[in-house]
This record gives sequence, C-alpha cells and structure tokens, in this order.
Amino acid sequence: CPENEMIRVIRSARTQGEERGVIQRECAAIRAQFRQADSGGRSHNLAKLLYVHMLGYPAHFGQMECVRMIASPRYSEKRIGYLGAMMLLDEKQDASLLITNSIKNDLSHSSQYIQSLALCTLACMGSAEMCRDLAPEIERLLKASNSYIKKKAALCAVHIVRKIPELGELFTPSAHSLLSDKNHGVLHGAVVLITELCERNPGNLDEFRKAVPELVQIMKGLVTSGYSPEHNVAGISDPFLQVRVLRLLRILGRNNDEASDAMNDLLAQVATNTDSSKTAGSAVLYETVLTIMDIKSESGLRVLAVNILGRFLLNNDRNIRYISMTSLQKIVQTDHTAVQRHRGTIVDCLKDQDASVKRRALELSLALVSAANIRSMMKELLRFLSTCPPELRSHATSGIFNAAERYAPSQRWHIDTILHVLITAGGDVRDETVPNLIQLISVASELHCYTVHKLYRALISDISQQSLVQVACWCIGEYGDLLLKGDCDEIEPMQVTEDDVLDVLETILQSHMSSPTSRGFALTAIMKLSTRITNNIDRIRSVVSIYGSCIDVELQQRAVEYNALFKKYDHMRYLIMSSHTIILGIPMSKSTGFKLHSVVEGWSPQDILSVIMYKHTYTQSNFVVICVVPTILHSRYG
Amino acid sequence: MRFMLLFSRQGKLRLQKWYTATAERDKKKMVRELMQVVLARKPKMCSFLEWRDLKIVYKRYASLYFCCAVEEQDNELITLEVIHRFVELLDKYFGSVCELDIIFNFEKAYFILDEFLMGGEIQDTSKKGVLKAIEQADLLQEEDESPRSVLEEMGLA
Repeated sequence: CPENEMIRVIRSARTQGEERGVIQRECAAIRAQFRQADSGGRSHNLAKLLYVHMLGYPAHFGQMECVRMIASPRYSEKRIGYLGAMMLLDEKQDASLLITNSIKNDLSHSSQYIQSLALCTLACMGSAEMCRDLAPEIERLLKASNSYIKKKAALCAVHIVRKIPELGELFTPSAHSLLSDKNHGVLHGAVVLITELCERNPGNLDEFRKAVPELVQIMKGLVTSGYSPEHNVAGISDPFLQVRVLRLLRILGRNNDEASDAMNDLLAQVATNTDSSKTAGSAVLYETVLTIMDIKSESGLRVLAVNILGRFLLNNDRNIRYISMTSLQKIVQTDHTAVQRHRGTIVDCLKDQDASVKRRALELSLALVSAANIRSMMKELLRFLSTCPPELRSHATSGIFNAAERYAPSQRWHIDTILHVLITAGGDVRDETVPNLIQLISVASELHCYTVHKLYRALISDISQQSLVQVACWCIGEYGDLLLKGDCDEIEPMQVTEDDVLDVLETILQSHMSSPTSRGFALTAIMKLSTRITNNIDRIRSVVSIYGSCIDVELQQRAVEYNALFKKYDHMRYLIMSSHTIILGIPMSKSTGFKLHSVVEGWSPQDILSVIMYKHTYTQSNFVVICVVPTILHSRYG
Repeated sequence: MRFMLLFSRQGKLRLQKWYTATAERDKKKMVRELMQVVLARKPKMCSFLEWRDLKIVYKRYASLYFCCAVEEQDNELITLEVIHRFVELLDKYFGSVCELDIIFNFEKAYFILDEFLMGGEIQDTSKKGVLKAIEQADLLQEEDESPRSVLEEMGLA
C-alpha cells in the first residue's frame, strides 16, 4: 500500500532535517497528483497527506481535494475524503461550506455507511450555518430509519443543539419517543440528547420530567437483568448507559420533590446492589452518589451515599480514592457531620504517594478542622508539612494559619504553631501573612520572651526563609531587651550578647538571599535596638550611616532618616524607637495637674506629629498615642 | 469529551481527535503542553489530573498513552472504561494491536474511533456492534476498490 511505503521512508530519516527533506519531496508529488484530473490512487494520495499533517507539517493545499473526494461516488474515496475534512477543515474555513451540499446528499444516501460518514462529519465540524441548514434532515432521520442511523442522528442532534440551542425545539418531540427503543445505542443517544436539551434550555425540564418513570424502568432493567454478553462489562450490564441515565435523572430530580421521590427507590437499589470491585461498577456507584447528593433525597439515602464514598477511600485503586475525595470536597459543607466520620481515612491519604491525592486530602483535611479536633488535626497537618511536596507548601501553610487562628485552644498553642510553621516552612509562608503573624505575636504579651528566644535560635541557623526572617527581625527589634536578658521560663537558657544579635541582623542585611523587605525589617530592628542596648550604640550608628548610601532606594531612605535621628533629633529617638505605647502630653495649667508617663516639655505640636509619623513609617510598630493637649491646640491642629 | 490524544513515550502524536472547534495553533500548543504534563507522571500515580479548566483522564497501554480531556460534569471512571473499550476495539481489529499498527494504519484507527464515538459520546455500547459495522464498511471499501474487468466496466459481465 503506497502510503505505508512513504511512512517507512519518513520513519527511516535519521535527522529532523532529513525528515523535512523527505516530506517536502512527498508533498510535491502529492500536489502534482492532486492536479491530475483522474488518477487511480486518489485515496492513497490523500491518506499520505493526512499522515504528513499528523506529523505537524502544513497540509492546507489538500483541502480542496477533500471536497472533491467527498463528492465522489466511490465509498473508498468518500471515506478518506470525509476523514480529511474532519482533520484539515474547520468551521472557520470557506471550504467547509462547500461540503454542505455533499453532506446533504449523503444524508439520504441508500447506503447507511455513507449516511454514517455524513452524520459523523457534521457532528464533528459542522458550523452553525451548516447545522441550521441540515437540522430538518437530522430530525427526519431521528424518526425514520433503522437503529444504526437513529443512534447517530441523535448524537448529531446533540452537536446541533450545542451550536444553536434554539434548534433544540426541533428535536424535543422525537427525543422523548426514542426512549422506547430497545437498541442500547439508540437509548444511549436519546439520553445524551435529552440531557443536552435540558441543560441548554431549562424550560424543557418539565416536559422531560414526565420521562422519569421510563428512565427508572430502563435502569431497573439493566440492574436486575441477567448476564447479557453483548453489554456486559465486568459483571455490570451496560455501565455506559447506566451512567448516562443516572446523570439525566440527576438533572431532572434537582430541586424537584416529585421527580426525586420517583427515583428514590431505584437509587437505593443501585447503590446497594452494584458490585464495585472493578472500575465499571465503581463508575456506576460514583454517578449514583453524585445523583443522590444533588437531588432532594431522603436523609437515609444521603448517609448511604456518603458511606459509599467512605468505602471508596479504602479502595486499593488510587483512582477511586481520588474520586472519592473530589466528591467529599463538594459535600463537606452541606453534609459536614457525615464526612467527619471519615476524617481518619482522609488524614491517612495525606501520606499517599500521588501528589493529586495529597492535594485533595489537604483540602478536605483543612475543611474538616473544628474546635473539637484542632489539636489532633494540627499534629497531622504539621507532620504533613514536613514531607509536603513543594507545590502544595504555601497552600498548606496558609491553611494551617487560618485553622490555627479560628480554633486555637490557647495562646501558647497558637504561638507554638506559628513558630513551628515559620521554622520548618518559613520559605513557603506567603508574604502577605507576615503582618498578621506579627499582630498575633504582639498581642500574646506573656509569650514575648519565649517567642523572641525561639525565633532568634531559628534565625542563627538559617536566614534563607524570608517570612521567618521578617517576623524574627521584628521580634528582635521589639523585644530585644528580653532576648538579651538571657533566661526564659520555657527554654533552656542561652547567653546572647549584644554583638551576637547585631551580628545576625547585619548578616541578614548583607546576605544576597535576603529580599528587600527582609532587609528593611533587619535595618529597622537594628535601629530599634539602639534604645534597648547599652554598649553598642556606636556600632548601630555606623551601620545606619553605611546604609545611607545603599543602592536600594527604600533602604537608603530609611537609613538616612535613622541617621537624622541620631544626629539632629536624638531627643526623639528614644520615644520613636521604643515600646508600643507612647503617651505624650503637653502639661496643662497647674490647676488640673495630672500624672503622665512621659511628659515632653518644650515640644511643639509639630514635634509630636513628627514623632507619630516617624513611628508609623519607620518602625513597623503597632502603637497607641494618647495625646493630652490643651483645647486651644486641639482646635488649631485637629 | 473535548478531545482525545494518543501519543508515545517519546512524545510522538499518533492520533488526535478534537470534539470542539479549536484553532490549529491552539491545538498544537495544548498538545505540546499536555504531553509534557502526562509524560512527567510517575507510574504509580492516579489516572486523573486537573489541567487548565479541564479534567484529564489518561492511561498507558504498552508504549502508547491514551489521553482524554473531559468536562467538569463528566464521570472520570467511565471515561477510563471508554478508553479501555477503544483499546479493546483496536485490539480485536488488528489482532493484538501494537503501536506500529496505529502508525501504519492510522486511517483505520480513525475509522474505528469514528464508529465508536461521535461528538465525544459513545454511539454503540456493544463491542460486537461497533466491530460488525467496521467490518461491513471495510467490505464496502474493498468491493469499491477491487479492479473491474473491461467487460464489468461496460456492464456486460
């Protein structure tokens, strides 16, 4: 056969270049053959071209040949011509319109195999125009003709409805009557067509709900019938048809009590009697579960469905475990209690080898966290985090933080969880969560000492994880005094000198691993320490002065302002860089005289405003300003 | 079903059937991307994955990957059965099918697929039914191609 020879030659080409050469020669020969009016091997020629096209080479010069072949009276030429049309033409090309007439003729050909070619091609690449033109023909074929053609006409109608939903009206009457056909192919086509009609036009639902009893009968017949060799797959009678009928029942039963009632018994029967040891049975059970959960079913039936999913979770077949979790994810909000029963198995799936299964298990596990199970679930989630594949890590850390924030049983537990995640997976914690984490830490005041010690120790062994670096720097800046004091209740003591702390902060500033944000945090921390240490103020001054000429503009600006604080505004430095709360007060007249924590004598309102601005911009602190000012100033400065 | 692809471990495309209108360059891009994703999967992994807005169902038979893209509401498990049915059809037709059969008789593979699925949906759920139809069509093709004598051509024999 000539195309085999060509294929052999192409395959024996040793390089891409050689192959291109062969292809070029062959295409030239094919083109020449196309130009000859009446050549004997036309089908072989076109077949060669289609092979070339499959390899990825351009073949549009063959489009007209397809049109010609389709118009040929010979079956062999029509067959390859139609295949060519499906491969080379798409609805956007003008050439596709040229075949409309051939298709029309072939739809009423005396040979059903030629009718079949036309139907297949129309269903594959029929444009909206072609569909409109030929729809009446298809409708006629739906009613008349043998089952071989009927089943194809039904699927062709599906394509037409997808292209032009309004044409669905044309097929609605015949679609229903097809359900009484005995041929499984026709039934399958009918069910697919009705499904499409209902999905495209909800107005059809009422009409087709009348078919529910018939559909139930069809299913019953399939489920209770004896062994039928023609349709049997692994002990299930026509699982393909069963799945489509179940899906249609789902659409019809949705939001409709009457229809749902009518299918209740059937669904229970299928759910209970279908053998799920092979994929075919599991496919039917899966579709049944989806239907039960989506229609208005009795609670007993819903529980049955969730239990099937639970059983699936224990199946040896990984595909079935995956499917089960996808379904459980869809119902975890609405049927939370039922899904909770299978939490243990779901958590086990976190250890599965397959990343898709792991991802599903993670989503589900996060959805199942509650106040009652937070401690045990968090243990599992943190264990998962340590072996988690890289693409899931940032999702996992976010999920863990959310769960911790919602259900933390104690502040200590919460801080410990945050610290654990930062220390083991700080590189995957999203930047946006850092301010929130800082907020949570700052609120847990009894744990400041513990927190800063733990973070400092993590930092000295690894400065590559940016979120860890940022949170740690902030804590060191804010609670540096606690760090330097050395001891802390819950950790073995460790001597930390001022130089040690400044060393690590400077290392972060200089490291190429540090992001600009992290470097900003480090510089601010160094500056804040100037009010918490005693011996190394000069060292801080010199660091700050060096960074005054740093390339990074933001860092430079920060350093310049800090420099100014050292030089011109030293009196303000303490206030700006120290603790949370600053209480400023301009002393009132002696008659009121009340005690204030810090009184700034001789400060103008401008000074106070500057302090507030500085503190806000340059220290990343949360702070409270309680300002007591004489009324005159209040009215003037607001 | 949006499309079905057959490709080898080396990334050579052996068959592609598209059930929705897609531009040629988009097809090429999607095929390239998807082949990469599927070929990177390890043997023990699940047959399902999410890619763009589609669900992908794939299965490897000897040296060929059968890969289908289905919609959100499609049943992945039955899609696996559809793939298996197609493989059985090819196997019965070619007699212990191998990749070379699909290469050298690619048009036959398409004819079988087009008799089995239309618009991405099953036409006939009976294996026997599909094979019989192909057999008849092949017979028709043979009759058509067999050389006719001069007398036959003239309708005299």
